[in-house]
Amino acid sequence: MSAAHWRGGNRRRTVVTAAALLALLASFAADLATGPALLPLADVLAVLGGVSEDRMLNAIVLQLRLPIAVMAALVGAALGLSGAVMQTILNNPLASSYTLGISAAAGFGAALAILAGAALPVPEKYAIPVAAFVFAGLACAMVAGVGRMRGATPELLVLTGIACLFLFQSLLSLLQFLASPEALQQIVFWLFGSLMRASLGKAALVAAVLAAMLPLLMRDAWRLTALRLGDERAAALGVRVGSLRLRCFAAVSLLTGVAVAFVGTIGFVGLVAPHIARMLVGEDQRHLLPASAVFGALLLSVASVASKVILPGTVFPIGIITALVGVPFFAWLVLAAGPRTGWR
Amino acid sequence: MRLESNGLTAGYGRQQVLRGISLTVAPGEVLAILGANGSGKSTLLRAAAGQLPYQGTLRWSGPASAIGYLPQDNAARVALTAFEVVLLGRLRSLTLRVAASDIEAAEGAMAELGITSLGPRHLGELSGGQRQLVFLAQVLASSPRALLLDEPTSALDIAHQLQVLSLLSAATARRGLTTIAVLHDLNAAARFAGRLALLHEGRVLAIGAPDQVLTPGLLRTAYGVEAAILPGPDGQPIVLPLRATAGHVGGL
Repeated sequence: MSAAHWRGGNRRRTVVTAAALLALLASFAADLATGPALLPLADVLAVLGGVSEDRMLNAIVLQLRLPIAVMAALVGAALGLSGAVMQTILNNPLASSYTLGISAAAGFGAALAILAGAALPVPEKYAIPVAAFVFAGLACAMVAGVGRMRGATPELLVLTGIACLFLFQSLLSLLQFLASPEALQQIVFWLFGSLMRASLGKAALVAAVLAAMLPLLMRDAWRLTALRLGDERAAALGVRVGSLRLRCFAAVSLLTGVAVAFVGTIGFVGLVAPHIARMLVGEDQRHLLPASAVFGALLLSVASVASKVILPGTVFPIGIITALVGVPFFAWLVLAAGPRTGWR
Repeated sequence: MRLESNGLTAGYGRQQVLRGISLTVAPGEVLAILGANGSGKSTLLRAAAGQLPYQGTLRWSGPASAIGYLPQDNAARVALTAFEVVLLGRLRSLTLRVAASDIEAAEGAMAELGITSLGPRHLGELSGGQRQLVFLAQVLASSPRALLLDEPTSALDIAHQLQVLSLLSAATARRGLTTIAVLHDLNAAARFAGRLALLHEGRVLAIGAPDQVLTPGLLRTAYGVEAAILPGPDGQPIVLPLRATAGHVGGL
């Protein structure tokens, strides 16, 4: 009876994730259709199918909107997946790249590159994402380094992450204080988080990291599920907790680093997407990890559409939209749906 | 799977908890570990389970993967069903597509403990006793050759206590398991364990048959209680605690 019920539950979870994937496709199409010129869906599909001969339409869809729509979905997926992994390995519902200072570190790296500007040997458009990526990795390494200490608990790791957040925020404030008005404007715009810098080349890089990390994390899916029972119990079941945490931190570092490097600081997707996924598919990480990626992609894709339709003619920085939508949603999640998430 | 320990010393940081434990447990035997709070019972199990660094000798005559260890804390609140928790007992063989043999092992362990009906329920919805049974089923599902159980019946009512201890005792004999259980209930220990080991301040104060270990003098030293030892209906001693020795409880 137990196993039959469990198999039924597995089918239901697969259907939920597939439905979210369909919603993502719809949102993706809406993202391509919306903008200063609202395009009919049939025209968008004709462009994607390669049968449109309208050069203007082809340029709008393929060169302007497609990179943004693809980047929104991929970055959302990377943030959702890394958030789910972080919440699991740190046994903390508030863990995400944003709350643990990884985004703040990336922001500091980007600001440093903006300030260094012409003094750098590489063009700024490459230096900023590289610096953001390197500092995101550094923040992850700091937290993971503490995790290697004997007797380190998930609580200690979370505290280290919060210390990272304050450290890099302070350093960022210092850079902003020292920056010229032009550089300050550039830093602030970067920190908003924006998909306007997207290109298909950057999207391909995010896709490559995602395609490499998801299967690796899925190999650890059962071990991550066991970790939700606590370190001691997971170790009793045969999990090498320390090395599992380290490999997951490495994966999270790559996923978050590549995501924030190209689009800047985007909050709440990495925090909220895993919670939505957890409510709908439970804690079995074979389902939770892909579902978190799909819900992260869906959230950011919807936010991308919202950023264009809220004020016609203006594209809001997407980081503002995700936080504005995310805060009330998160409050509802914590107050109304907490018990089903298993965190309280 | 035989366990031999000699001069086993272990602790946490600078705090030494075990101070030279020597004992042997043979396949087919149930050894109950007794002792006051803080005497080193759980630390001994952790060290035996390979979860704690130690000095001295500790040798199992089989692989570490064959040890089923049930830690004390069952308070995990996660969005997993009881069946999924039991299935995790098969962690070493689980793959993304779960094999029928793993599902059968989980179902079998739940049936053995009479908790099949709990399968679809979330862990957080279960009572402390039900959770304890679920985690016990998880350990049994791993098909262990040795069982290390830290207070496996502490949250159970007397009917379930009897059921679980009888089952463990029978399974140990039938499958030739090596079972070491930390128990607080001295009378249950006397009834279901072949031998008792009484720990005091990180050392083995006494080890042997129940009537050799459950004596007024040893209980006074280990627990600081005056106790009467009565003959039980099955020949095993029954401990009747009378009063705590002044100052002992306050020393916790």
